[in-house]
This record gives sequence, structure tokens and C-alpha cells, in this order.
Amino acid sequence: MTCSEFLALLDDMIDVPELRADLQDHLDCCEHCEVTLNTTRKTIEIYRSHQIYDMPPSLRERLHAAIMARCRKGC
Amino acid sequence: MATIQPIAGMNEQHPDVALVDRVRGGDVSAYDELVRKYERQVFRIAQHITQNREDAQDVVQDAFLKAYEKLDQFQGNSKFYTWLVRIAVNESLMRLRRRRTGKMVSIDEDVETEEGSVPRDLADWALDPEQEYSRAELNRILRKTIKGLPPGFRVVFELRDIQGLSTEDTAEALSLSVPAVKSRLLRARLQLRERLTRYFRRKKGVEK
Repeated sequence: MTCSEFLALLDDMIDVPELRADLQDHLDCCEHCEVTLNTTRKTIEIYRSHQIYDMPPSLRERLHAAIMARCRKGC
Repeated sequence: MATIQPIAGMNEQHPDVALVDRVRGGDVSAYDELVRKYERQVFRIAQHITQNREDAQDVVQDAFLKAYEKLDQFQGNSKFYTWLVRIAVNESLMRLRRRRTGKMVSIDEDVETEEGSVPRDLADWALDPEQEYSRAELNRILRKTIKGLPPGFRVVFELRDIQGLSTEDTAEALSLSVPAVKSRLLRARLQLRERLTRYFRRKKGVEK
């Protein structure tokens, strides 16, 4: 298996804890692909654990109240 | 973190269907529940596309009001959230166009970016970026990094990887094909990884 073939399957591997045997064989002998897979997983994890665009509760309440007030009036 | 739950079985009804039915029957409190359930996710989508906080707030308001007005047009064969995302994406693109004085902005443009999808920077990361940077610094880095991606990549990454939508639902929400979603997601992930490596790479001489 080449690195390009491995990378083409990267998305399918991201959420799979146990890799197919041929993919694992490639990883065992290719540090580049191992680093790419691990750091791509970390990229997703770090974005998941940091809600970079979270709404502050005060804004959420204000927006929520404004939406519901308009809906109750029939928009 | 709230993620969008997939439907458990083919015959099992998504809980939103009952809420939508109640709203159609005149129960506004059911819509209140739907707004509470999805307002933060819609805000994040709007922020990813517009990159402007005021615009994102307006999008949340307009998207929920429009969805309420058009609820009769909602077909039960798609999920309420997928339908809502489609409205929010269109509202976001309209805001973005206004800021860019009418220049066409589309989510389905397949943008060739300078990085492509071949990893170049193969350095491993420092053991824990959370220890190297404060939370505020990390947030700044993450915002700056994702801002460099095209809007279509950002929103696919948000829907698939952060909110946990399926590839099919993401494709439906964005009016894209399934292969287009897959291609954007792969490139978004690899480009974010490449850009973050500039910050998080293990310093030379530091042991594993």
C-alpha cells in the first residue's frame, strides 16, 4: 500500500478504533502516515473540546426571547 | 456537548417530528423547545460562514423566524434540523454577500486551496497543546486557523466533525453531493492539521 492510497482512506479511519490489517501494516512501517493520522485525529479532538464560537448565556437568552416574542405575534 | 442524534431505527420517529406537529397545531411552546435545542448550533454555522458576530446573531434570529413562517413547507421526509441548517446557510450567505457588496458567494464552489490535500508538514505535535497554551490562546489559534479555510470547508467540518451529522445529512443540508461532502471534509481536516502543526509541532530535541 502506498501513502497516497492510505491517505485516500483517511476519513474512513478517523472514527474507527481498530484498523483493517493492511492499513495497520502500512502504519507500522510508515511514520509519516502514522503522524498524519494521529495529528488529524488530534485536530478534530481539539476543535471538539474548544467551542470557539459558543454563544454567551446572556446573548443566548436575549436572542431566544426576541425570536419567541416575534413568533408569538405571528412573526 | 450537544450533538445531533441519528434516528435509531427506520421506523422510529425522530423526537423533532412530534414537536413540529405541536407547533403546526398552534403550540408555540413546542417551537420554544426547538429553538433552545438548536440555537447554539445554528449560531456556530452562521459564525463559520459570515465570520462576523453581529451577522451571526441576525442569522440565528432570521433563520428561526423564517423556519417558523415556512413550517407548512417542511416535508417530514427530511429532518427538521437538516431543513433548518439549509435555511441558516442561505441566510448566512445572503449576509456575506451584503458585506461583500453583492459579490456571489456560494457554498458549493469547489475551491482549490494552496495546500491541496497532500500533507507537507509531517512534524508530530508536542505532547499536549493544552499545556503549552492558555485556553484563550488556543481559542485564538483555532479561530485564526479555521478562518483561513473556504466557507464551504468550514461548514462541512463543523457539521460533520463538531456537530456529528452524517455525511448524507450534511449533503442534504448543504445541497451538495455525498462525494463533494467527503472531498471537502478530507481537505478541511488535512488543511486544519497542516496549519495547526505550525503552532503545535514538537520542538527539536524534546523527547516523546
